[in-house]
Parts: sequence; C-alpha cells; structure tokens
Amino acid sequence: MSDSLVIKNLNASIGDRPILKDFSLTVPKGEVHAIMGPNGTGKSTLSKVLAGHPDYSVQSGEAFLDGEQILGLEPDVVARAGLFLAFQYPSEIPGVTIANFIRAALVARQAKGAPFDAKAYYAELYAKMDALKMDRKFTSRFVNEGFSGGEKKRCEILQLMMLKPKYAVLDETDSGLDIDALRIVSEGVNAMRGPDTGFLVITHYQRLLEYIVPDRVHIMWDGRIVHSGGKELALELEEKGYDWVKQDLAKA
Amino acid sequence: MADIDENLAQREAIEVDRSKGDFKYEENYAFDAGIGLTPSTIDYIAKVKGEEEWIREFRQKSLKIFQEMPMPTHWATADLENIKFEDIRYYLSKGQKPVRTWEEVPDDVKQTFERLGIPESERKFLAGVEAQFDSEAVYSRMKEELEKQGVIFCGPTEGLRDHPEIFRKWFGKVIPIGDNKFAALNSAVFSGGSFIYIPKGVKVAQPLQAYFRINAENFGQFERTLIIADEGSEVTYMEGCTAPKFETATLHSAVVELVALKGAKIQYITVQNWSANVFNLVTKRGVAEEDAEVRWIDCNIGSRLTMKYPGVVLRGKRARGEVLSIALANDGQHQDTGAKMIHAADDTTSNIIAKSISVGEGRSTYRGLVHIPKTLSNCRNNTECDALLINEHSRTDTYPAISVRGRKNSVQHEASVSKVSAEQIFYMMQRGLSEGEAMSLAVNGFVNDLVKEFPMEYSVELKRLIELQMEGSVG
Ligand SMILES: Nc1ncnc2c1ncn2[C@@H]1O[C@H](COP(=O)(O)OP(=O)(O)OP(=O)(O)O)[C@@H](O)[C@H]1O
Ligand SMILES: [Mg+2]
Repeated sequence: MSDSLVIKNLNASIGDRPILKDFSLTVPKGEVHAIMGPNGTGKSTLSKVLAGHPDYSVQSGEAFLDGEQILGLEPDVVARAGLFLAFQYPSEIPGVTIANFIRAALVARQAKGAPFDAKAYYAELYAKMDALKMDRKFTSRFVNEGFSGGEKKRCEILQLMMLKPKYAVLDETDSGLDIDALRIVSEGVNAMRGPDTGFLVITHYQRLLEYIVPDRVHIMWDGRIVHSGGKELALELEEKGYDWVKQDLAKA
Repeated sequence: MADIDENLAQREAIEVDRSKGDFKYEENYAFDAGIGLTPSTIDYIAKVKGEEEWIREFRQKSLKIFQEMPMPTHWATADLENIKFEDIRYYLSKGQKPVRTWEEVPDDVKQTFERLGIPESERKFLAGVEAQFDSEAVYSRMKEELEKQGVIFCGPTEGLRDHPEIFRKWFGKVIPIGDNKFAALNSAVFSGGSFIYIPKGVKVAQPLQAYFRINAENFGQFERTLIIADEGSEVTYMEGCTAPKFETATLHSAVVELVALKGAKIQYITVQNWSANVFNLVTKRGVAEEDAEVRWIDCNIGSRLTMKYPGVVLRGKRARGEVLSIALANDGQHQDTGAKMIHAADDTTSNIIAKSISVGEGRSTYRGLVHIPKTLSNCRNNTECDALLINEHSRTDTYPAISVRGRKNSVQHEASVSKVSAEQIFYMMQRGLSEGEAMSLAVNGFVNDLVKEFPMEYSVELKRLIELQMEGSVG
C-alpha cells in the first residue's frame, strides 16, 4: 500500500453522468499494468480523475499514491506527489518553448529560490531527446503547437523522462506513432522501468504491449475492471474481440 | 540559442527585485507645495526651483489651459472623474541639487534603494543613472565617457537653465501644452524627469536608465522628459517605475518628448509596475526627421487606470516609427493603451504591435491611430493587436482608427483575441506548476515574441512582474 498506486471503489461522474463505477485497481511500484477497453468506457476519465481534473466529480472511493490520499488535491499537488499523465490529447501552449516548459516543471519541484543548474538541465534534456530521436530544434518549438500526432506523443514521453514521476499513466501513447516511433518511445519507457516506478498503460492495441511488456493486463468495461490477467490476456482480447468480454459479462 | 531562460541563471544575481516596491518610507520633505493647485502653487514651484520668468509664465499658461479643458470623458472612462485634483500634493523636494557621486546621496535615500533591492553591483553597473526620488533627482551620475562625448543627461530644471540653447527650442513643441488636459497639467507642475542631448554622430553604447519612485500619499508625480538625438546619433533610454501601495489614489502624469534628427535613432523603453491605486495618464510622442527612427517599447502593468498612446510623427522621408506595447490588466484595473502614427512624409514606415492581457475583472482597451494623408506616397503601416483573456469576466476592446488616403500607401491590420483555456491550465498543472505559475507561463508565452525585442534585463524583469501579477491573481 505504501509503495503502490491504489484505487478503491472509485465512483466519478461528469455532470450527472456516472463514468467510473466502483473502479478498483492496484499498481505496485516496479510493475507495468495495461488497461484495455472499448471507446468511451472511461479510461481517460480514470486518468484525469486521478490527476485532479476539475471537470469531474468524485462521489465516493479512494486513491492512494504510496499511501497518500490524492483525491481532492489540486492537480499540481498530485503531480508533484509523483503522478504523471501522458495525455491522449496533449494541449498546445503557444509561445512557451519545450525547454522552458520542462524547466518550469522542474523548478516547481525545487525548494523556492533554490538555484537551478541550467547546464546540467540542458545536458540531460539533449541526452533524452537523442534517446527519443527528437531533433534538438524541438527545444525551441512551442509546446505541442503545430506538432504532428506522433510528435506530440514523443514530447509527452520526453516530459515523462525528464520529470521522473513515481507513477505514470500513459493514455494511448501508441496512437499516432509510426512503427519506428513506437519502438523508440517504448525503449524510452522501458529504460525507466525499475523498482521505483509504476506504469499504467492505456492502449487499444496489443502491439504496444509487445514492446512494453506488461506485468498485468486489465480489461475495462463500462467504468470498471472486468477481467485481469497476465500479458497473454491482451493477445486473447485481440483474437476474440470485445464481444467475448460482453458474452462473458452476460453469463456472469 | 536565443533563449531568455538560458541566461536567466546568470542574470538573477544582479537582478533588481521590484517586488520589494511595496513599502513606504518616512519622508521629511524639505520643500512641499501643500495640497491643491492654484496659481500660487505654480509660483511656489517656480520659485523653489529658481526658474527663469519664461518658465514660470509657461507654467501659469499651462495651468489656465488645464483648468479650461474638459475631462476627455466623452471618449475615455468616467473613472477620470474620480481624480480629486484638489487633494493632490503637486510638488515635493528633498531640496538638494542633483548629485554625482554615491557618497553624496543622503542616507535615507540610500536606504530606500537598499530596500528596493537594487544591489550595489547594479548601482555601479548602471551607466549614467538618473534615479528620481520623488520630484527631484537626488542621485545622478554619468559615465565619464558619456561626458567626454558631450552627452547631456540632467533634469529639466538644469537642462533649461544650463543648456537653454539646446532644450528650449524643442521643449513643449512635440507635445504642446494644450495637446490634452493631462499634458497641460504636467506643463504646469512638472518637476523631475530627464533632459538628454546626444551630439551629432554619437552612438551611446549603454542604455541610459532612470528609476522612478512615488513615495508620498496623494502625491502626483509629474516628470518631464525631453530627449534630443542630434543627426546620426543613437540612444536607448530605459525608464522603470515602481510605486508603493497606498490607500488613496495617486496621480502620475508625465510628458515625454523625443526628437530624432536626421538619421538618428531613439529607443525609449518603459516597464512600469504601478500599485493598483495609481492613475497613470501619460503623453509620449516622438518626432522622426529624415531617415530617423523612434521606437517605443512600453510595458504597462498595474495601476488603477493607465491611459497612454505613444506616438511618432514621421516628419522626414524614410523615417521609421515603432510602438511595441504590452499591457496587463488585473482585477479592478483598466489599461487603456495604444499607439499613434502620423505619417507626414513620403516613404515613411510604421509598425505597431500591441499585446494586452486581461485577468479577472481586468479590462484592456486598445486605441490606435494611423494617419497617412493622400498627398503622400509609398508609406506603410503594419498594425497587430492581440488580446489574451484569462477567465470570462475580463474584457477587451479595440478601437483602431486608420485613416489612410491615397492608393500609393499600404496598411496591414491584424487583430486577435485568444483565451487561456481550462484545459491548458490543467495540462500545465499536471506537470507540477501551480495555477499562478501556469497562468504566468501562458502569459509569458503570449508576449514571448515581443519580449525578444527587449534588452535582456528588461525581458527578465518583465517576466518576473508578470509572475507576481499572476500569482497574486489566483485565490
Ligand atoms: N468533459 C466531458 N464532457 C462530456 N462527456 C465526457 C467528458 N469527458 C468524458 N466524457 C464521456 O465519458 C465517457 C468516457 O470517456 P473517456 O474519454 O474516459 O473514454 P475512453 O475510455 O478514454 O475512450 P477512448 O478509448 O475513446 O479514448 C465517454 O462517453 C465520454 O463522451
Ligand atoms: Mg481515452
């Protein structure tokens, strides 16, 4: 519990429409969990509720990050507590360069007034960009402005690698990536895997999970997890489709 | 790489922390004209300053014009009616003559600079500093090279007394007394400010700087600046303002006249951070002769009401005029700013880029005037005004007046209004930025391309001021 991301009986809605229904899931540190599920089932909603998005209201339930309750906290407090969300649809921030944006995010994690080592920062930023095969010109481009779909996703992973959170939720990071990019981005994520980081990977495709091999796979349906298994569950799902889940549910 | 932040770390050590402008220092005014404005107030000011008769007459005439002119409330905000002219103190002075060396500066003044956070290194670093402490310049220094080059950098009293052959010709000519009610007021009671003359062909490498302070309740500051750049010369002047916070409204009404003679270049930079009770009503205009260039960089942050429309009269062929302005209106503030370009010769070009940010209940207004008569040819104007709204209560208005006649001239006008969306704020907060930090980053992003045009220390300072404003604007 003190070294996991724990979500317990979470009920959340947008307006008066319930989306998450008694949702429960535990991601221990050091593990990669995948969530698969049909469109509109509430996967992105889950990530935003955890991150403290003001549009969603939580009716009941709990969420703990290494034992610390995160529901109801401001989004920046949750972020600094160690939760990172790679957005399905990242926002554009006109006029703010990627270099300045990531820098501001890092400075926000420092003690107020502490000196910032700009030299070390750029060295690390360039190294991570090289790893992600991003052109250095991107440092002076404005955050996500005019980026292609794949470039946006790569930029999310760059931020992830620079901010080094305790837990990262990757919301369809694979969508929009070409085959090479998928491999490069996955390598980036894999390089971050280790005992200190937990991942929750939301995806529609088993292909991503060939690169980022998950410890657990969960199937989400109508606001909750209905099936959990090992990495082979993703394969099974790909073969049988969601009808299989539906029939299974009907039987239960 | 032209990245402001990369140099920030090094700059931070010598940066002026203007956030410390929020205090009041006990003053023991040696000279004080009392409250209210009558012909005898004017006589008092003229006498204390030991001015010649023609200046006293100029002041008295200005007072009459000021009193006769109506408030411009037929187009401007009715908030102007709330200025209580009879409660204002029009003249305060420490009674000293401006001094040259740091050692001669009175201790309490030094203390104030200390508290303003202007570090020792910065004071020494500043070339030709003319720091205005209330109405009189108590601290002025000039780098030796500047003096050797024949550059004059003094206050209006000294300028008109010691160099009448240079300054009298242009004084009150670019902005005549009756230009507007507040120009008339300034002409009546002006004190403090900078009079600068750059001789022919002299290119002043370092910007001339002045720090301004208002430091007494109900005390209006009426500085007067006249910069004459002789043929082929170049100068950059920087004006920075901080005012401490007070209960009652304070009036600041300056007049700035710039004269760029043939082939000269003047760049005038203002970054101001008035406290939220200040009425800031300033008239700024430059004349550009043949091949000359006048450029205004104007950043307006704070104040209760700012009305300011820097202008350039393009009087000679191929003259260029530019206004780059940034206005930030926070809760309860109104930034009524803009630019005027009067084309009066062939082949003249003007460029206006105005960016305004309205936060909370803040309100920004852009007023532009571009005039190109049909007798002229090959004149060009480019006007770009962009507004950024942060939350639905804020408001922005644009009143561009472009009168361009004749087919041989061209104008280009672009305007945009954008919002910082809740989604953008969430995205930034998800990266760990507080709401205030997220908003100031968005605002800094919005003004980014314009700020790149500013000298480094001003872009850094502006960034800081924006941060302070945005952090103060979230609950
Ligand atoms: N801000 C919103 N306003 C209205 N409805 C919303 C909002 N956010 C989410 N929803 C609705 O909530 C449901 C769940 O959406 P969510 O984005 O969480 O699905 P998802 O599982 O991520 O789907 P996909 O696989 O298509 O990304 C959808 O029906 C969606 O339309
Ligand atoms: Mg989704």
